[in-house]
This record gives sequence, structure tokens and C-alpha cells, in this order.
Amino acid sequence: MKLETHAVTKRYGAHAALDGATLTTGGEARVIALLGPSGGGKSTLLRVLGSLLVPDEGHVSIDTRTLPHDEEGALLERRGNGFVFQGYNLFPHLTALQNITLPLREVHGMGEEQATQRALELLHRLGLAGHEYKRPSQLSGGQQQRAAIARALAPKPRLLLLDEPTSALDPVMTGEVLDVIRELAEAGQSIILATHEISFARKVADWVVFLVAGKVQESSTAVDFFTRPQTELARQYLEGLSKYR
Amino acid sequence: MPVSNARYALYVLVLFALAAAGFYGVFSAVAYPWNWSGVWEYRAQFAYGWLATMGLSLVAMVVSIAFGFLLMLGRRAAWLPVRMFCGSVVEVVRGSPLLVQLLIGHYIIAQALNIDQPLFTGIILLGCFEGAYLAEIFRGAVESISASQLEAARAVGFSKAQTYRFVIIPQALRRALPGTTGQLVSLIKDSSLLSVIGIEELVQKVKIMNAANFAPLEGYLPLALAYLVVTLPLSHLARRLEGRFAYET
Repeated sequence: MKLETHAVTKRYGAHAALDGATLTTGGEARVIALLGPSGGGKSTLLRVLGSLLVPDEGHVSIDTRTLPHDEEGALLERRGNGFVFQGYNLFPHLTALQNITLPLREVHGMGEEQATQRALELLHRLGLAGHEYKRPSQLSGGQQQRAAIARALAPKPRLLLLDEPTSALDPVMTGEVLDVIRELAEAGQSIILATHEISFARKVADWVVFLVAGKVQESSTAVDFFTRPQTELARQYLEGLSKYR
Repeated sequence: MPVSNARYALYVLVLFALAAAGFYGVFSAVAYPWNWSGVWEYRAQFAYGWLATMGLSLVAMVVSIAFGFLLMLGRRAAWLPVRMFCGSVVEVVRGSPLLVQLLIGHYIIAQALNIDQPLFTGIILLGCFEGAYLAEIFRGAVESISASQLEAARAVGFSKAQTYRFVIIPQALRRALPGTTGQLVSLIKDSSLLSVIGIEELVQKVKIMNAANFAPLEGYLPLALAYLVVTLPLSHLARRLEGRFAYET
């Protein structure tokens, strides 16, 4: 997939979360990691790329399609994407199974039986057999995040977008969730991932976008970024993060 | 700490006995001359009034919930004049006495519209009055749904209407339940004011009975019981429903 953004700006009041972010990826990029310090604009860029947010200025295109700026168009666009958030954001009043089947039925027009079958298949694949009928509050953080990944994958999204999916998890659960993401990447799923897990990004990503203060500092292949960072900011960032791991 | 059923029943008995003793104490202190015979004559009227009160309250509840829901939506509308209008309605209705609203509504507005159905007018006015309170209870519940839930709803591709239906309302329902039940209990009690526009509900019947017997307490005590018979189970039901909807968020 080829991502292109041109002068994308998104403001919250006086603060510009994205401040003229411009980037181009290679046409072969399939797993794209958004890296950078907290507050740099990773989450906002991820939401803009997934049409969950519409930028105030600038435009985004994925392959040859330009993302729409109207609410109706953005809704259709994001129905083709799957999102996973830092805080899981499962619906607390529904079971793990219902969290997956409800959007399948109501948004994607699938029948009850077919939706249940698809949801069970994913829950089992992601190691949640036996937890289908539990509410989110009865699941561990890692289990909730895997259920959230199952929900995002259920409608077979073109693009899976993950916003710091392991930041709220302990190391063991982080491992569980990263295993799942790596398997998806290896199975050919197109992924955009905002993360602080730099060694994981190094293993899985084939393209890196490095953001600081709402601006794109680097956009290069993962190999180039990790071995030959072009900017001083990126060098400092990589050094700081690899100090203790 | 969980308490055994036997102990719970014991507590109920003790509290009930204490209340009864207190009640008996104050009445014997003033040596109230009871006279139940005249009241008994009016039992059929009393029953009629009770049924009327419950029937009109039930309809007014439906009206109040619908009106409250619309006002809540209006206060969250995208267009400012709609928000202003619904906000003003809520404030004016909540801020003025129901008695005045009933009098103006029945003698002025209904007359102007040529509606000569006090029961109809009364139910609508009562429903609107309680609905204004419900609107704020509903709004509080809806606005307590976190931004991350709304984002999740957008992320799975729900439209605005679907977000209300599948995400906001089911979660807000549980949070609104205690306040809503309290308001519906108030509605049943407030329905007593409808007697001022000539509706023959329970209070009106008791007033008629008292006028004939000169035995007001013998009328008003059964009146209080007749309300409690409905309001207490309603509160109990609400607590059970809350338990059923309980899940950690």
C-alpha cells in the first residue's frame, strides 16, 4: 500500500496535534509503524489515516484513493478499516462474542449465524476459547485487547490500525498481544501501528514514519530508519528508547 | 457485609414495631377521636379514585419519558436555537410550580386551543412537568458515557443513530435508572395536584369524602397507604433492575 499525506493539520483548540504533516511511503509498505515521542501526533495521524478523524487542512491518499472529508464519506471509509485502541474500548455491556457480532450484523449486514461463526472462529484463533460469553470486566487486559483485535478483524478490514495496543498492559500480556499482531503481519494483513515497542516495530514493520511535534521528521524503510536514521531527533529517540532494552 | 435472611427479617420487624409504636404514641398523646365508620361508606369511591390515579399516572409516565427523551436529544442538538429552546423549556418547567402550570395550561392554553378535556390536558401537563426533570436525568446519563466508548462506536462503523441505539442508550439506561424511578414515584404523588383542574382522582375523592364526614385523617391515612402500595414496589423493582444491569465499566 502506498500512503501519501500532504500538509495535514489537525487542531484541538490552539494546539495543533498535526502541524502540516507530509509523508510518502514506498508502494510496497504493508506494515507501517508510527514512532515518536508522546504527544508527537502518532495517535492523531493514525486516526486521520483510518478516517476516524477528518483533518482541518491537507489531504491523504491511500494507493490511488483520496480520503473523503465529509462525515458520510468518512463513515463509509472507516467501515472498511479495523481499529484497536490503547484502552481496548470494548463495549462493557456486551459479551466478548456480542462485541464482535453486533457490528458484523448491524454495520456489515451479516446474518446472525454467519456472524457468530466468524466471531467464534476469531476468538478461538486468538486464544479466547472459553471466554466467549464473558463481559469485558471479567477478562484480563491482554484478553480484552485480543478480543478487541478480534472485533477489528471480524469484517476483514483492508487496513488494521492499532493505537499503542500494548501501552496499558504488563509485559506478559504485552507479549501475548504482540504475538497476535506479528502473526497477522506475517499472514499478510495491512497494518498501521502507533507504538513505543521499538524492538517489536523493528521486527515487524517494513516502513517507519517518525513524528515529532505534529510534523513528520522521517519516512523511510524500517531497515533504513533503524540502521541509518537521518535526523538528530530520530537518533536521540532511538538511543533513549534502547537504553534499557 | 452479607446478612442472613432471618436477621434481615428480624431487622424489618423491629423497625416496623418501632415505627408503629411511635405512630401510636403521637396519636394517643393528642387523644385523636377516630371515626372510621363514615369512611367505610366511601370505599367504592376510594377504589375508583385509586384506579383513576394509577391509570392517569401510567399514561403520564409514558408521556414524561417520551418528552424527557426528546428534550434530552434537543439539548444535545447540533443547531444552537434547538439547544436554547429545549434548555429554556427545561428550566422554566422545572423552575415553576406544577400548580401554576396546571392552572395556566388548563384555563388559558387548553381554552385557547378549544380543548375541553381536563383529563387529557392534565396528563399532558403532568407528563411535561416530570419530563423536564427526566430530560436532565437522561442527559446526565448520556453525557457520562465516555469519549472512548463513542470513539469505539465510530471505529466499528456505527452511524449516529446506531451509536445511540447500541452503545449510548443501553449503558445510559442503567445509570439513569435510579433517578428515573425516583422521578416516576414523584409523578404518582404529583398527580394529586390534578384535582385542582377538576379531575376525579384519588385526592379529589378523599376531599369529597372528608367534606361529608369531617374526619380528615381517616381519609388521608388510607390515602398515604394507597400511594405507598404502588410507590414502594416500584422502588423495589428499580433496585432489582439495577442489579440485573450491573456490570463494571
